[in-house]
Amino acid sequence: MTVDDSPLLPVVDEDGAPFWEYAARGELRVQACASPACGELRFPPRPCCPHCGSFESAWREMSGRGRLWSYVVPHPPLLPAYAEQAPYNAVLVELAEAPRIRLAGNVVAGPDAPLNSVDPARLRIGAPVRAVFCPAGPGGGVTLVRWLLER
Amino acid sequence: MATLKDATAIAGIGQTAFAKRLPESEKTLACRAILAALDDAGIAPSEVDGFASYTMEETDEVEVAKAIGAGDVTFFSKVGYGGGGSCATLAHLAAAVATGQASVGVAWRSRKRGSGPRPWKNTAVQLPTPAQWTRPYGLLRPADEIGMLARRYLHEYGATRDHLFNVALACRNRANQNPAAIMYDHPLTREMYMTSRWISEPLCLFDNCLETDGALACVIVSAERARDCRHKPVYLHSVAQGLPAQHHGMVNYWNDDPLTGPAWTAARQLWKQADFGPEDVDVAQIYDAFTPLVPLSLEGYGFCGRGEGGAFTEGGALEIGGRLPVNTGGGGLSEAYVHGFNLITEGVKQLRGTSTAQVPDAATCLVTAGEGVPTSAVLLRS
Ligand SMILES: [Zn+2]
Repeated sequence: MTVDDSPLLPVVDEDGAPFWEYAARGELRVQACASPACGELRFPPRPCCPHCGSFESAWREMSGRGRLWSYVVPHPPLLPAYAEQAPYNAVLVELAEAPRIRLAGNVVAGPDAPLNSVDPARLRIGAPVRAVFCPAGPGGGVTLVRWLLER
Repeated sequence: MATLKDATAIAGIGQTAFAKRLPESEKTLACRAILAALDDAGIAPSEVDGFASYTMEETDEVEVAKAIGAGDVTFFSKVGYGGGGSCATLAHLAAAVATGQASVGVAWRSRKRGSGPRPWKNTAVQLPTPAQWTRPYGLLRPADEIGMLARRYLHEYGATRDHLFNVALACRNRANQNPAAIMYDHPLTREMYMTSRWISEPLCLFDNCLETDGALACVIVSAERARDCRHKPVYLHSVAQGLPAQHHGMVNYWNDDPLTGPAWTAARQLWKQADFGPEDVDVAQIYDAFTPLVPLSLEGYGFCGRGEGGAFTEGGALEIGGRLPVNTGGGGLSEAYVHGFNLITEGVKQLRGTSTAQVPDAATCLVTAGEGVPTSAVLLRS
């Protein structure tokens, strides 16, 4: 498989970098305002707090539990790495601690299972899921957050 | 306070043929559409002093101006967010003409989306923020991103694929009346819709717009000048752009209410400045890159209540003679997908009385730009 045919990896920007660094340690953390009077969670990460204007932030650990808010099942035409696994699922997970933050991901049978490892017929809006972490890319340089259906 | 209400008008429209593949370049097609629009207005190219288009437009004002023989140009602007910018091009020219920054404005879109590359295949430009949060998971195309909202919409409000079919069918029926439409000779049945291949479940082939080569343009002048042009003026009664608080573009997943999109913001501004309301709209041209954008927009622009957009489509409501005939040239789903500019020109045709699917005595028309991205809209009146 050439580089161009590989699955896409996150192209990390300055604001998003801490998310991926924590993910590499197996931690799901979301940016929060560090102003004591505020403390609002925000996603995607950004330089300052839209509620109070503070530039101080911290990364708050989430439980990794959530529920499916919605999902799609893409079919070709797709980029080659995705076409060969299609149809697969792509989901939005509302986090237990912050339901308005809905992380995109895939429901898989195991941390490093293929995108199509779970029958889409098993997916339901509202289904409980939990986060797992999967090193990806050359040398496992990036860790993706993926989701398992809770039994 | 100064107002743009009825201060300017569309005096000319022009278009090329629409096809899966046209041999000429985007630049050539742009020039053809613009010259056709100026000819339609009866205005010499040398009088053009204002331009507006999309940031995704590949031919810039310098190329267009020197090719068509424009004079000194004193206003030019480009609007971002793909199809969300369509009506905003008119809004910018209306503001420019009404305030004396220009006197003859041309808005246009030329695109070879039919024979050219699919934008989502260019991964180099598809991975800035916020793509890092979505693309690695195979959420690659606009159809995937909007499909996510569509499934949630169907789930939350009990809307069905039949409602989405109603949208696709209304557009196709109008295209079947429009010889310029790509789908002129191709009727659609419920059987075809329900058995078609998936693109991104819950969206099937017929929930997706066409892939088209073509170009369109229109000419905007003051209301006074428009009355001396070749055709009955079509006034820009109200114009608006919309970027809601905490909106995230097509991946609008990280706020309290993702199903309340930019249409709601644009609508508040649009109606605030208008002398009439949704119940007075005779015909609407609603951006339809994907069928679910139509029920979402019907709600946003106030034609029905929250969650009622699916049910609104029942009983032939979107057809000629229905509650709100929409996309009377066939729209992006069945006439041509040129980032919504054909919806603008179709609105003008309706108010001139020259549409191929004419709504009797149409005097008011809503035209909307892409919902799901920072958007824009115009209310036209004759
Ligand atoms: Zn704060």
